[in-house]
Amino acid sequence: MGIVFKNVVKQYPNTASPAVDNVSLDIREGEFIVFLGPSGCGKTTLLKMVNKLYDTTSGTIEIDGVDIRKVQTEQLRRGIGYVIQQNGLFPHMTIESNIAVVPRLLKWDEEKLDKRIDELLDMVHLDPKIYRKRRPSQLSGGQQQRVGIARAMAAGPKILLMDEPFGAIDAITRTSLQDELHRIQRLLKKTILFVTHDVDEALRLADRIIIMQAGKVVQFATPYEIVTNPANDFIRQLVGEKDVYRKMGFLRVEDVYASSEQETAAGSNGGVALTDDLKLVFNRMVEEQVREYPVVDMNNRRVGTVTMDRILTKLAN
Amino acid sequence: MSYLFNNPDKVMPFFWEHLSLTFTSLLIALCIALPLGFLIAKYRKLQAPVTSVLGIIYTIPSMALYAALIPYTGLGVTTATIGLVAYAQMILVRNVIAAIQGIDPMMIEAAKGMGMSKWQIILKIEIPLAIPVVIAGIRVATVSIISIGTVAAWIGAGGLGRLIFQGLNHDHTGKIIAGTITIAILAIGADLLFRVIERFLSPKTN
Repeated sequence: MGIVFKNVVKQYPNTASPAVDNVSLDIREGEFIVFLGPSGCGKTTLLKMVNKLYDTTSGTIEIDGVDIRKVQTEQLRRGIGYVIQQNGLFPHMTIESNIAVVPRLLKWDEEKLDKRIDELLDMVHLDPKIYRKRRPSQLSGGQQQRVGIARAMAAGPKILLMDEPFGAIDAITRTSLQDELHRIQRLLKKTILFVTHDVDEALRLADRIIIMQAGKVVQFATPYEIVTNPANDFIRQLVGEKDVYRKMGFLRVEDVYASSEQETAAGSNGGVALTDDLKLVFNRMVEEQVREYPVVDMNNRRVGTVTMDRILTKLAN
Repeated sequence: MSYLFNNPDKVMPFFWEHLSLTFTSLLIALCIALPLGFLIAKYRKLQAPVTSVLGIIYTIPSMALYAALIPYTGLGVTTATIGLVAYAQMILVRNVIAAIQGIDPMMIEAAKGMGMSKWQIILKIEIPLAIPVVIAGIRVATVSIISIGTVAAWIGAGGLGRLIFQGLNHDHTGKIIAGTITIAILAIGADLLFRVIERFLSPKTN
């Protein structure tokens, strides 16, 4: 189950090298997958092959074990939510009509649709009473993109394709939209394929990140693995190996602490937990001007010590 | 001015003639220009040849065009209408092309991605988005038809131009002014009407 790419190639006419070069991926149902890479790396092409906006030159894409070429194109697309950059809403339609597009294509009963629109607007925290009859141009960029997400989810697709959906949105609004999307995904367990060139966005949202370079997948791993164990120099540079603060966000106390046999109660400083990230520990050390903390387990029993030196050593390699 | 106010019964028949000539020409012109413009917007290879032919027709002076048509279609309303339709094509077709090609490609991609068929995209997305721009073209075309239609009186098609020609022939300034002012009122009225329609059909901004 999920989405499976098998040796997928996309060769545009009159270009030397393929835009997508022999990509094989196995995406599980309910995963939040981010396609990350510089522009022109093939990430958008790969995404748009899933709903057949581009066709594959060779190879196959299967959704829940069915080759998408065997599914009628419009049928396939109506079953996959699609969100593009913020201008994706139709300006001549009200918010409710925008949300209703796919359910109407699927010939939903109007009464059921009416309820569904309220439900979706509530989900993205827009008051249906205020927003249903408005036009997209009367909404802010962030609100428009909330509607964009609601519209993509209208007919309850299992898969959501998102093509740099927050790319043109200011940083503060973007963060709140990311949180929102993350919350909705946890709640509804959609399989999301999300394209971005923003590393922080990828690290924030993804269960697993697909990093692409020149049409090839160079690493497919969790954010933690990518930050702590980048597959090549390109990724090392991309995730900013020099950015120790970001790296600390993905490292946990259990990665660096020195274990000790003595199981005593936590010291006067209060302990840090094994699962705390190093960013938090480091901040506390700076604030409290100490160089070490006792480490405690879930039962608040001391299991070892974390020191500034051990953190520095870990960050150095 | 006094002629206009003292003889509305003499001016009004010309007014109605002018209006009917304008309306008929506009209707026929639209029947040709809307599908033609849409077709050209979709098949760009047609764009250069068709617009250049229409551009050439547009540059022919109206008197000369009518003179050339008279041997084939004679004097009267038919010839006048053909001429007016031909002039309107240039404005209308260009506007339809601009309207369709001006649609943000992201709109079409979103529509496709959501699973609309080709015809659903045309009917639900492209046409509604193109309408405000097309109406703007219709507005300009209508005002042109009204003004060029004045010359149609010269080939016996009636209209307010008759009043002006009569005034010129009989050295009757009152008739010339009455004709001119009424045409201006008609043109300004048509312009306003289409502006209102345009505003009504544009996506609301505030």
